[in-house]
Amino acid sequence: MTSAVEFDRITCTFAAPGAAGPSYTAVKDATMAVADGEFVSVVGPTGCGKSTLLNVAAGLLKPTSGAIRIFGEPLAGINRRAGYMFQSEALMPWRSALANVTAGLQFRGVEAGEARRQGEDWLARVGLAGFGDRYPHQLSGGMRKRTALAQMLILDPKILLMDEPFSALDIQTRQMMENELLELWSANRKSVIFITHDLEEAISLSDRVVVLSAGPGTHPIGDFAIDLPRPRDVQEIRLSPRFIELHDRIWHSMKEEVLKGYAQTKNRMAKA
Amino acid sequence: MRRSTLRVVQVGMLFAIFGLWQLLSQPGLLPPIVWDNPDRAAFFFGEPVKIFKAIWVWFSEGVIYKHLWVTLQETVLAFVIGSVLGLAVGLWLGLSPNASALFDPYITAMNAMPRVVLAPIFMVWFGLGIWSKVALGVTLVFFIVFFNVYQGVKEVSPVVLNNTVMLGANRKQLLRYVYLPSATSWVFSSLHTAVGMAFVGAVVGEYLGSASGIGYLIQQAEGAFDINTVFAGILVLTAFALVLDIAVTKAEKRLLVWRPTQSETEQL
Repeated sequence: MTSAVEFDRITCTFAAPGAAGPSYTAVKDATMAVADGEFVSVVGPTGCGKSTLLNVAAGLLKPTSGAIRIFGEPLAGINRRAGYMFQSEALMPWRSALANVTAGLQFRGVEAGEARRQGEDWLARVGLAGFGDRYPHQLSGGMRKRTALAQMLILDPKILLMDEPFSALDIQTRQMMENELLELWSANRKSVIFITHDLEEAISLSDRVVVLSAGPGTHPIGDFAIDLPRPRDVQEIRLSPRFIELHDRIWHSMKEEVLKGYAQTKNRMAKA
Repeated sequence: MRRSTLRVVQVGMLFAIFGLWQLLSQPGLLPPIVWDNPDRAAFFFGEPVKIFKAIWVWFSEGVIYKHLWVTLQETVLAFVIGSVLGLAVGLWLGLSPNASALFDPYITAMNAMPRVVLAPIFMVWFGLGIWSKVALGVTLVFFIVFFNVYQGVKEVSPVVLNNTVMLGANRKQLLRYVYLPSATSWVFSSLHTAVGMAFVGAVVGEYLGSASGIGYLIQQAEGAFDINTVFAGILVLTAFALVLDIAVTKAEKRLLVWRPTQSETEQL
């Protein structure tokens, strides 16, 4: 079976700002694949180039070398089969929640009445029925994330790319959103690449957890199947013995990289 | 201070200023060391009673309305044309690095030039009617709007941009649904300055040569050394500018509902 997303020895090198200094290789020889309908989390120390990998999969960033294949076909330009949920605020502030959710349909030329009907439906599905006429600044952080989720899912993408989407939320809201994400996902299984630096979040959501090395030159160094039963409740599953066992194993393989990443950040701070 | 007390004190101050002004311009009140002629004070500074009488005559006889209408037309036309041009050129240069690199020195030079000196040229080109004043106002408004839009385009959030691209927007849709609304919000943030500049363009243009408008009234009175009418014109202009400013604030509130309000800081 062909993978939904396949990274084949991806390398991304960025020119230093000002063109004078040395270039920076964020990702080096990264090879990994995500099967159709699989939920994969990618964890790694902060600043290791996780978002770079995701931008490559989205087609927003062209890798310096290597190939990216979507359902077996090499990706050219923007990945039309993927939805992307960003870490920071990505809603258009001048559009109401409903107009934000239906933006993708509008771009595709869907008739306004039909777009509105689907938009209302999706707002209800993410628990925002009746909030359609609010502007982003009138919504709470959690509500904005729900709007962004509906905005992405309304287009029914085959691949979901999520870049630490819930990292800005408080822990309760976050776990609620995680459960809702799992529910929406299980109803209509899509391939998910979920970037996070929170190992517990990664294990409780995924079928597979990929561990990245510390940057520069990030690449996968560990790949763990998560055999916890579904459906899951992210709060409860954290207490199960199997979860703790998996957490221990993955954390053990990550620890060295996290410390490496931490030392690098500290050095950089000391130099600056 | 309570809001109502504040208003009472503000109005009281207004009366006090005009009262003091009236008193000091009375002939013979100030010792002759200041003025050798007892009527000089009134000659140079006018008398509020006569100023308000002039204003009353203007409004009761209706002569002022024609002039107000001309000035308003010039202001609005200058604002609209200047804003549209500023928006269009700002979007264009903001989105095209080559064009912006090419035109940068010219824009800087034109902005540095005191544009009021263009007024005589506009008189020659467009005559003494409203269009020479509109042209002067446009040159003033254009640069304010242009710089705001240019900056606004460069500062569109890259995340919002990437998100819109991922939602399937093509280049044209990006321009229409991201750059334009974002740039428009920058136009509105410069609205007060832009309307003020349009007004300055209209009045200065009238003052330099015209047959109607408030600026023309002031210029005529000045030619006749009628200082009271000059002050009357200034007061009417001030009131007119205040009304314009209130209208702009109203429009701004309606058009920028999506903006987080800074009402607490603004309402004092």
